[in-house]
Amino acid sequence: MVESMSGIPLDPFYGDELEPGEYPYTRGLFSTGYRSKLWTMRMFAGFGTATDTNARFHALLRAGGTGLSTAFDMPTLMGRDSDHGWAIGEVGRAGVAVDTLADMEDLFAGIELDKVTTSMTINGPAAIAMAMYVAVAEKNGVGRANLGGTIQNDILKEYQAQKEYIFPPRPSVRLVTDLVRFTTAEMPRWHPVSISGYHIREAGSTAAQELAFTLANGFAYVEAAVAAGLDVDDFAPRLSFFFNAHSDFFEEVGKYRAARRIWATWMRDRYGATNPKSLMCRFHTQTAGVSLTAQQPENNIARVAIQALSAVLGGTQSLHTDSYDEALALPTEKAARIALRTQQIVAHETGAASVVDPLGGAPFVEWITDEMERQADEIFDHIDQLGNGSMLEGVYAGIEDGYFVGEIADAAYRFEREVNAGRRIIVGVNEFTEGDDDEASLLSVGHETEELQLKRLEKVRGERDNDAVGASLAALVEAAGQPDLNLMPPIIDAVRTYATEGEIVAALETVFGTYVENAVV
Amino acid sequence: MSEPPADTSPSPDAEFEAPIRVVLAKLGLDGHDRGLKVVARTLRDAGMEVIYLGLRQTTDSIVAACEQEDADVIGLSMHNAGHLTLAPRMLQAVDQAGLDVPVVIGGIVPADDVSTLIDSGVAAVIGPGTSAEEVVSAVKAAVDRQPDAQ
Repeated sequence: MVESMSGIPLDPFYGDELEPGEYPYTRGLFSTGYRSKLWTMRMFAGFGTATDTNARFHALLRAGGTGLSTAFDMPTLMGRDSDHGWAIGEVGRAGVAVDTLADMEDLFAGIELDKVTTSMTINGPAAIAMAMYVAVAEKNGVGRANLGGTIQNDILKEYQAQKEYIFPPRPSVRLVTDLVRFTTAEMPRWHPVSISGYHIREAGSTAAQELAFTLANGFAYVEAAVAAGLDVDDFAPRLSFFFNAHSDFFEEVGKYRAARRIWATWMRDRYGATNPKSLMCRFHTQTAGVSLTAQQPENNIARVAIQALSAVLGGTQSLHTDSYDEALALPTEKAARIALRTQQIVAHETGAASVVDPLGGAPFVEWITDEMERQADEIFDHIDQLGNGSMLEGVYAGIEDGYFVGEIADAAYRFEREVNAGRRIIVGVNEFTEGDDDEASLLSVGHETEELQLKRLEKVRGERDNDAVGASLAALVEAAGQPDLNLMPPIIDAVRTYATEGEIVAALETVFGTYVENAVV
Repeated sequence: MSEPPADTSPSPDAEFEAPIRVVLAKLGLDGHDRGLKVVARTLRDAGMEVIYLGLRQTTDSIVAACEQEDADVIGLSMHNAGHLTLAPRMLQAVDQAGLDVPVVIGGIVPADDVSTLIDSGVAAVIGPGTSAEEVVSAVKAAVDRQPDAQ
């Protein structure tokens, strides 16, 4: 029996029209909501060497955690080794540096990979990171079929927003699809793509654009996987989403509700999915980093709490809350703890987890849900036309002609002009500015990591069998030239020889080319 | 859904002197370009000539653009905590090329590092939440400070 704070017994949900757990899932995926399973409080973290992060992982597991979430540094995310010219100043700074299988071995040393789930936030070189994870597990006697977790592997939003791309869109989507085919066949517990609107919103889009671009990318991956010969119900249950929780409370709630309804409708009616799990839009949420202010940073704790509540009332499956000092630097341990505590307060003190979709049925909430869907539909129509009836081709066309980056930059500039003109108030920035002078204490990461990592890389290069490396890279290039071959097996072979991430990327670039953005303002 | 910039007319000063030519770039791997794009439009709306190089630039490519475009000022955007490594390299590259072009940095720079950067020769550091007017005047001030400015 769930009761309110005052002892009033509460039903799992209220209202008698559409119920939570019923198609099209506007009100939630499950009728019992957070009563049967609270959202996962998955906090993204990591910096330094693989050994540093491994120590952090062990601490988290000792504290009762069952899920790991890996942040890689920028050179790793861009497919470049730590000794690449671009990597200077970036090694180990915003995440962990992984150059070779040796680093991945250190990262997961002593961790039973069949007992934990791991989330890896990586896109351009996702196939390489996945291959290393499989190779480490198998070296430790854990078969790939027993591995559970998620890899972000959402390359389309990189061209639109986050800009961590390597190859041009088409060969990159082939790599995404190869990974989907590979996990569908061999890793049934793995989530091969996390389709992410978070970065689209952070880059400046509106809520409706975030919703529409993200789901359009989802449709594009579905079309690509079906074109590669998969049945939609074979892989769609393993797709998941990642949204932003921004500050306009009801608009955000409407966005999540609309996302579930649109995904279910399109998957059933346009893509012919019949498994209910294929129709369910499961999503992770992170509060809006871009909403955090450098001025009076403690105010960000209040912003994060309200954003987190919108995600919970919108039915998120997991949540990361940002730390109040992130407009200034990577979070301190204290700031990260307050962010986690904020989720725990929402979960255990507010009653927000007692009743599913408690805002459902409110006239404004239903209206803004419909309005989010209507605006998204307009965008889908445009993309569908760009692609002559194919969402995948439409997304490619929108990347090529600057549609996505243009729309996002326009929205970002409109927002800044409104703030600048005082039509939009940001507390502590353009109003209520007294009290700005306090200095926050910040985290800083030293240079030692870079030196350690460069030595490590040199040592691995010196000890490995270079003939085996060369042969594996040649085989990979050969396979890359044949579009029907799945590249996961040759990439796994290559990482096992301790070929570096940068070498594997360079080999693929000889076939795929390198993407250079046409810079437009 | 795109909206034309509300104010595209050049500032009154621009009628009497050549507009300031500003090269804007992201140095290295950092892909956060939202702020730099907003700054590009802000400076353009204030009557400046903006040469937007975009992502993944090197000190060499930025110096080359300055020479080709006869730039008055360089604006770099940094969000990956690499500023203490990258900014001195940029200044050195500008020096070695024999250019007198000031470097302005925008993005996320902790207060302690701002003075380090200014001491090392960066003309100005523009943090989050800076108004459009402040951005424009910081760039103008940086250009005026150059000894051989016209």
